[in-house]
Amino acid sequence: MKTADQTVDEILNLAAAHFKVPKEKLSPDDDFFKTLAIDSLQTLDLLTKLENHFHVELPDYELQGVSDFRTLAEKIQARL
Amino acid sequence: MREAKCETELASGRGGSALSWTVADGVIELALHRAPCNELGSESLEEFEQFVTALGRVQEKTHALIIFSEMKPGFCAGADLRELYHRSQVMDKAEAAKGVRDFLERIHRVLNLLDAAPLTTIAAVHGVTFGGGFELALTCDLIIADKMARFCFPELRLGLIPGFGGIPRLKRDLGNAVVRDLLLTGRSFNATKAQQIGLVSQVVGEGEALRVARATAAQFKKFDHATAVAAKRFIKPIPYEELRREIDLFCELFARPAVEAGLRKFVESTEAQPYLP
Repeated sequence: MKTADQTVDEILNLAAAHFKVPKEKLSPDDDFFKTLAIDSLQTLDLLTKLENHFHVELPDYELQGVSDFRTLAEKIQARL
Repeated sequence: MREAKCETELASGRGGSALSWTVADGVIELALHRAPCNELGSESLEEFEQFVTALGRVQEKTHALIIFSEMKPGFCAGADLRELYHRSQVMDKAEAAKGVRDFLERIHRVLNLLDAAPLTTIAAVHGVTFGGGFELALTCDLIIADKMARFCFPELRLGLIPGFGGIPRLKRDLGNAVVRDLLLTGRSFNATKAQQIGLVSQVVGEGEALRVARATAAQFKKFDHATAVAAKRFIKPIPYEELRREIDLFCELFARPAVEAGLRKFVESTEAQPYLP
């Protein structure tokens, strides 16, 4: 079982690699829409990346209103 | 010789700004390329109508059709809701209702022809495969999905149901429980899930869907064409009656005020998940 910190770290790694942003520029409490400058279609890409990486299903409605990496990690943790 | 003639016939109508097609070695490739993500509006519909007309002339002489997108965000984001909203704003209610019904009748004709085409069809999908885009993929015999593909029927957020044949085709292929989950939650799901429920035949690496579709299409050539067509007709009935009822229900729902509000919200939305209510 991953710890919450590990999950956050893996999310940051994934986001940095996929959106080509230096990981050191990302922190758990960032608003990822702003930090990654992603639109609605790219948000779907991020969702798919996360599902594929963690082997979980993340229904969109559960992520409505989630905008920081830490809360995202909590949602994923709940399904691991 | 037969294929050379076929190529000439298809070359006489290669599409336009929304889509274009080529044929090589008995395989027709239909490329979607309308920015941002192949939204299906009046222009796309006209070009699809040209395509199915051309297809009708050559489908007996080809063995496969591959539909794919050249747009980075995905296969197709569905109906062009901005066009629908803006057009309905400059029409009175009766005119708008007639326009919607005409559009649906025309796109159903196109999709029914694709669904029943006497050749084996593949949707090679990646990224966003939503609403009408999902419905387009559902007309194909096989769906080959990039692992980044995502499927969704978000229509309920607009106060509507999918209107391009999605419910009858999904029910035909997968069953009512899956339709209810997708339709009533409006959630999107990925290619792996799509394969688990039997919707997608192959999940492939990023950027590989078209290559795998071509390799799969080459396999079809090894079979007797008439046998493949007979097998397809036997195994893939077109749910015409339900498709008619879908048009009627869509038009009935479209007349309600909730739809205009839903369309406006979508068109004006700057939210990250505008497809959610």
